[in-house]
Amino acid sequence: MSEHYDLIVLGSGPGGYVAAIRASQLGLKVAIVERELLGGICLNWGCIPTKALLRSAEILHYMQHAKDYGLAAEKISADLNAVVARSRGVAKQLNQGVTHLMKKNKIAVHMGTGVLKGAGKIEVSGEKGSETITAKHVIVATGARARDLPFALADGNRVWTYRHAMTPKELPSKLLVIGSGAIGIEFASFYNDMGAEVTVVEMLDRIVPVEDADVSAFLEKALKKQGMTIMTGAGVEALDVGKGGIKARLKGKDGKVVEAEFSHVIVAIGIVANTADIGLEALGVTLERGIVPVDPYGRTAVPGVWAIGDVTPGPWLAHKASHEGVTAAEAIAQELGNTEVHPHGLDRNNIPGCTYCHPQIASVGLTEAKAKEAGYTLKVGTFPFIGNGKAIALGEAEGFIKTVFDAKTGELLGAHMIGAEVTELIQGYVVGKTLETTEAELMQTVFPHPTLSEMMHESVLAAYGRALHI
Amino acid sequence: MSIEIKMPALSPTMEEGKLAKWLVKQGDTVAAGDILAEIETDKATMEFEAIDEGTVTSLAVAEGAEGVKVGTVIATISPEGEVPAAKAAAPVAVAAPTPAAPAPVATPAPVVAKPAQAPAASGARVFASPLARRLAAEKGIDLAGVTGTGPGGRIVRADIDGYAGGNAPALAPAVPAAAPASAPVPAPVAAAIPDFGIPYEAEKLNNVRKTIARRLTEAKQTIPHIYLSVDVRLDALLKLRGDLNKALEGEGVKLSVNDLVIKALARALQRTPKCNVSFAGEELRKFSRVDISVAVAAPTGLITPIIVDAGSKAISQISKEMKALADKAREGKLQPHEYQGGTASLSNLGMFGIKQFDAVINPPQAMILAVGAGEQRPYVVDGALAIATVMSVTGSFDHRAIDGADGAALMQAFKDIVENPLALVA
Repeated sequence: MSEHYDLIVLGSGPGGYVAAIRASQLGLKVAIVERELLGGICLNWGCIPTKALLRSAEILHYMQHAKDYGLAAEKISADLNAVVARSRGVAKQLNQGVTHLMKKNKIAVHMGTGVLKGAGKIEVSGEKGSETITAKHVIVATGARARDLPFALADGNRVWTYRHAMTPKELPSKLLVIGSGAIGIEFASFYNDMGAEVTVVEMLDRIVPVEDADVSAFLEKALKKQGMTIMTGAGVEALDVGKGGIKARLKGKDGKVVEAEFSHVIVAIGIVANTADIGLEALGVTLERGIVPVDPYGRTAVPGVWAIGDVTPGPWLAHKASHEGVTAAEAIAQELGNTEVHPHGLDRNNIPGCTYCHPQIASVGLTEAKAKEAGYTLKVGTFPFIGNGKAIALGEAEGFIKTVFDAKTGELLGAHMIGAEVTELIQGYVVGKTLETTEAELMQTVFPHPTLSEMMHESVLAAYGRALHI
Repeated sequence: MSIEIKMPALSPTMEEGKLAKWLVKQGDTVAAGDILAEIETDKATMEFEAIDEGTVTSLAVAEGAEGVKVGTVIATISPEGEVPAAKAAAPVAVAAPTPAAPAPVATPAPVVAKPAQAPAASGARVFASPLARRLAAEKGIDLAGVTGTGPGGRIVRADIDGYAGGNAPALAPAVPAAAPASAPVPAPVAAAIPDFGIPYEAEKLNNVRKTIARRLTEAKQTIPHIYLSVDVRLDALLKLRGDLNKALEGEGVKLSVNDLVIKALARALQRTPKCNVSFAGEELRKFSRVDISVAVAAPTGLITPIIVDAGSKAISQISKEMKALADKAREGKLQPHEYQGGTASLSNLGMFGIKQFDAVINPPQAMILAVGAGEQRPYVVDGALAIATVMSVTGSFDHRAIDGADGAALMQAFKDIVENPLALVA
């Protein structure tokens, strides 16, 4: 039998389930289709469980450095199975949280693989057989998966994707991480802290290439100091996966090819959108290199079919997907006659990014180089952690905060930070940027003392030659 | 301490308004959210709510007063529980009945000296981002004349950038920021017209009429119009309407011919994007969305509420929205965002039996479609004379922005869609 809804959301990741909740809040009759686990990659296999792993690594790091704080800790060891078990427990708790949210918002959950069979028509094939459900609108939020290396498909044995790396049965002794985006660097950082010997290979000329060049340089130095091997401008020529390990041929910046042996490889060279085999093209949605083109509200070229999150143009981030989910749900409610909602399209310049390596990275807006490229005359201020009282008290005096302004208008163009807890600091800039702040309001703001946030203030002041503590 | 109630700016372009009606009188107790007055702006009559609670101590502006500048004190309210010092000191006409009253005046508090501080600095608050404020100051743009598109109508950078051409909001450009709204065209003209001794009754122009006069004069004086007419067979569309209405009977939706015509125009504009434009001085704006302004005859005069994104809306949706907007228009309750904007207009006089007419473009738009009556006419079908239901439509185009051939392509697309109307529901 067929159920008819106002909206069906295909995929229950951070984009999909948030879209469903918002639509339900607006009075729509909503269903959500999920083939595996409610919450999607983010909270089952991504953002959240990795944060749990990294927290263990961080505490291990502090225990190893207990002496620095006048404390003693002896016979420190890590139980990898227990660390992974904690991470899975955290994921499970949040998965149940989403189940509860769906119930609370009266969202019908259809477990199974959904395929579009026509405008507003989805066939869901699950364990209990298949059913067809229909709706006035459909949001495609099927997310993405790891991109494979063509010559060494991930097998979960020695060649891992993020997913295998999250539930290791053994600690790699010598780990090769291919790709230094957020995912690659976070796992490199985790396994390095856990005691593995880690090599990172990045094709571009610097690690974390989407970040500001100063941040990349600072991180490279910090990771090398922690014992990591970093190869930039480098490529993997071949991987010979054997029983006892992996022989890799790595081509360095200088063009020389070296051979090295590793126990494990993590492939983190990007993602592929899950847009095939869900009936999109048959409906008339044309894909551009596997990605669904959308308008600022998530409309595809086919009326009634919407797309959000990782199936649409990047950045591929959970919070971007959630925000798009809300926007699309509101635009749909508007199309269905709700005159109270006023959705606003997403401004991509205001999407923050956070990487939880050690030290942490966070940023929003244009890098200094991108801003210059765009033709702005800049005012740039940088303030180091060493100038901040709280950072010194915490024993975390490494890092900096950089702020980029348009010299002509005072518009806040971007902010880039590296150091302890910066992922919790970036939001100050994001709020300011969304409110279209200029340097004046940021200078006028009273920052609490003693906090790391004072560095944000100082960095703004520094851009205008007015920093106080340097 | 009493609170001063000032003339609010109810729309971004409002500089003055008429106090159409007081809904409270002196001595009334009001709560936050109570309607104090009805205020007529240049486009609509809007209700003005109390923000504070207390007792109305005076009405400073008489009912019916016109041209009350934004920011003028129109009433005072004394907060509940406070002894209204002002009332005792200056008994506002009510004092008469008890001559003994002055006695308590001698005793009272030293508080009196404090002047009434206005809660807002000057006039109504304009919501704008810091960056928008700075850019506006640099460019010498008065924020009061800018329509905000940010959250809650806040003015953001894009609004200032878009203001450069001077026609972001539909109403703003016509009034140069400095000129007082009451000054424009009709008044002086009227004064010079002799009456030749013919008896007449003079009716003062309301603000809506003044705005219509100003904008239509502007359109005819500055826009070189071209007119393209075409006859369109309606039979297929009428049949589709019948079928749809039968299918929608259960949902309480009844589509009018006009609802289908709105959709047809929107689809035609989607097919010929060269006509979905605006001539903006140094640039041509090519809109990526079709918003149709639909002319509605309201008691105070013509107004054009907008069906936003009509191209991608279902006809039933258009029908529902149109009904709600027309009701609001008739009650004079349209909000500025509901009638300011639009990328093209539609005017339908078919219900009056008008066969064909030429409409005046609604600036800064570049086209308007004038729709006549659908009527049975002799019609040649396959070389033989037959009877068909036909309507004549005429598009007026801004020739600066749209070439004749492009305008013709739009009319052709419109005819094709109406005569093969399944495209409307596809």
